[in-house]
Amino acid sequence: MTELAHSSSAEPPRNPRWLNLLWFAVPLAVLGLAIAWLVSSDPLSGFRNGAPPVENLTFERTILGPEGIQILVRAGGSEPMTIAQVQVDDAYWQFKQEPAGAIARGDTAWISLAYPWVLGEAHAIRIITNTGMTFDHAIDVAVPTPTRATMSLTSQAILGAFVGILPVAIGLMFYSALRGGGRTGMDFLLSLTVGLLAFLLVDALAEALELSAQAAALFQGQTMVVLAAVASFLLLMAAGRRSGTPTGLALATFIALGIGLHNLGEGLAIGAAFASGAAGLGTFLVLGFTLHNITEGIGIAAPILKQRPPLWTFAALALLAGGPAVVGLWIGSLAYAPQWSALALAVGAGAILQVIVEVVVMQRRRQVDGTRTLLAPAAMAGLVAGVGFMYVTAMLVKI
Amino acid sequence: MRESKFWLEQRLDRRLLLAGGLAAAGGTIVAANGARGQSNHTGHGGAAPATAQEPPTHLAAHGAMITVGEVDDARNGFDPAKLLSDWDTGTVSQQPDGRTLRTFEITAEDKEIEIAPGIFFPAWTYNGRVPGPSLRATEGERLRIVFTNNGSHSHSMHFHGIHAARMDGVPGAGLIAPGEKFVYEFDAKPFGCHLYHCHALPLKRHIHKGMYGAFVIDPDPTLRPEHEAVARSRLLGTAENAGWQEFVMIMNAFDTNFDNENEVYAVNTVAHAYTKKPIRILKDKPVRIYLVNVVEFDPINSFHLHANFFDYYNQGTTLKPTLKTVDLITQCQAERGILEFHFRDHEPGLYMFHAHQSEFTELGWVGMFDVVEAVS
Repeated sequence: MTELAHSSSAEPPRNPRWLNLLWFAVPLAVLGLAIAWLVSSDPLSGFRNGAPPVENLTFERTILGPEGIQILVRAGGSEPMTIAQVQVDDAYWQFKQEPAGAIARGDTAWISLAYPWVLGEAHAIRIITNTGMTFDHAIDVAVPTPTRATMSLTSQAILGAFVGILPVAIGLMFYSALRGGGRTGMDFLLSLTVGLLAFLLVDALAEALELSAQAAALFQGQTMVVLAAVASFLLLMAAGRRSGTPTGLALATFIALGIGLHNLGEGLAIGAAFASGAAGLGTFLVLGFTLHNITEGIGIAAPILKQRPPLWTFAALALLAGGPAVVGLWIGSLAYAPQWSALALAVGAGAILQVIVEVVVMQRRRQVDGTRTLLAPAAMAGLVAGVGFMYVTAMLVKI
Repeated sequence: MRESKFWLEQRLDRRLLLAGGLAAAGGTIVAANGARGQSNHTGHGGAAPATAQEPPTHLAAHGAMITVGEVDDARNGFDPAKLLSDWDTGTVSQQPDGRTLRTFEITAEDKEIEIAPGIFFPAWTYNGRVPGPSLRATEGERLRIVFTNNGSHSHSMHFHGIHAARMDGVPGAGLIAPGEKFVYEFDAKPFGCHLYHCHALPLKRHIHKGMYGAFVIDPDPTLRPEHEAVARSRLLGTAENAGWQEFVMIMNAFDTNFDNENEVYAVNTVAHAYTKKPIRILKDKPVRIYLVNVVEFDPINSFHLHANFFDYYNQGTTLKPTLKTVDLITQCQAERGILEFHFRDHEPGLYMFHAHQSEFTELGWVGMFDVVEAVS
């Protein structure tokens, strides 16, 4: 072993550059040959059992407007798919496909139907392919889809501010009041933060997995969600630890970022739900979201209670945590596909996991006896209060 | 989800008062959204297909509710327009006892057919067409049907008529394996509008895959002296019969995704075929339709004629109508009958006919008669 190490370090076997390239070329050439053989001589013909090609079609967007109904479909068949006819509510309707012709695997096409849909009622779309396979899509409640022309970005921004920025700002306003608390109060607050973050983590992951199930199979939704969450967690951990364990304002910023990414995913989903008529927008619902998100502000404030950051940092933190809700609403109501909401929520989940880890680390450091970190009575109470408050207020908004 | 939506909206006003300015701002958004939704909605009331040129008159009646494109009749090997009056009368010879022997040749084969523009169905067929050939004979003749099974499954021909048990086309009596041949032989009786279909099991699958056809036995006028004129008008080949416009219509449907519900309904297989190419009718010539229902999965089918009434001969086994002056009849599966009507007193134009189950109509079972003055 040592000899080997010695000889190699003494005289490193350096291949010429062209030889290195050759070792790259050999496996690629084998792959090329395998493909050529597979295509030319068809050695797998024995597996062909006369079954028709696998067909799969995912409905990604539905737009209801004065022109009728438009739907965006994504093909996921083993071969290009041909849409032969379209039924709306069990009747054949003339339709236009853009682009026309067979839809290749992974490609999308718009189907336009001059259908006199009825406000507030349900409609059923059924697409029939050339093989007679059918793919169904339900429009649960028909309402006009906001378009760039009809949607006021301002009113969406106001809505986003109510559900995203305002509650975080209100939470941050408790800053001065919270500073008065002693060591126990601090334990309680930090655990409260962990509790609410834990709720958001579970909520974001569950929602991401649910949305990913609606996406086309070729996106491998569940794998994508897990990988995106792990990647964002690792990236943010690495970024956060570049100059030591984040504390104080740095930690608050990371918490705000995690919550912001979660709110982006939430915004996308809410925007899409309102656009598709799946949810009616009542004031009660808006208030529910506001109440639900107030704790997020308290969580962001917790790590900076011992500092006196300038006032503008509070505004920046509120924008970082709540602003993405506005962006999410804009995007979600205009261009929505389940895989993008799932991705945003998964990235948010990873970010939230990172701040949970960092807040717990911070708590451990504050404790004389590290094992009691989350088990101290005040900490336990905070944890329960955080999760409990989030769960109860979520009851107001879950539909 | 809809319940919660309405519940939320109902509470809107009370909450608005309670929550003051905060809620007021949110409420403004709601109100703005609501107003926009309404105005949008009224705007689309006149949604119409944005086509550059005016659609043909016979399509205008359907608006945008029709299949897109055309079926390739040449590839299918049969044209719905020609199926209407394409009678298979077989080959005729004399038996030693002087009776007429009529022989039909039928071959079962698998064939993919286009049942609506762009929709292909893996059918099982008689003589490569769906419905199978419309067999026509005269009461009292000896019939011989030479049946060859070139399909991939066992098949048979089960005739709705009077015959021996050995000739019934059920398992053990004329149900034959692929590659085999069988000869059904029986007398043509009773006269009427009948049908034949495959009786292999499972029956549902064998029928809805396309194995059926019309089997019409004309009355023998010499045996019906009390109604000789009527009988002669029914007998193919007579001068009286030539004065009628006769059509055979098989009401059928196809379950393209095999979920035991039909996706496409039609008469004579191709959805909307007679909507896109209306059936030309001479105003002065009476019309007789041999109507057979073979729709699988749905318990009942119907025929409704627009702007006119007809006489109906249930199963065609009488020479007097069993129903007089109706514009709608219903048929369960394998029920059939003869419809007689005319447009003598009508102005020329397009007269619709369809099933009066709106669902069937909207899924393809609808057509048009194009009534014209006699061409000189």
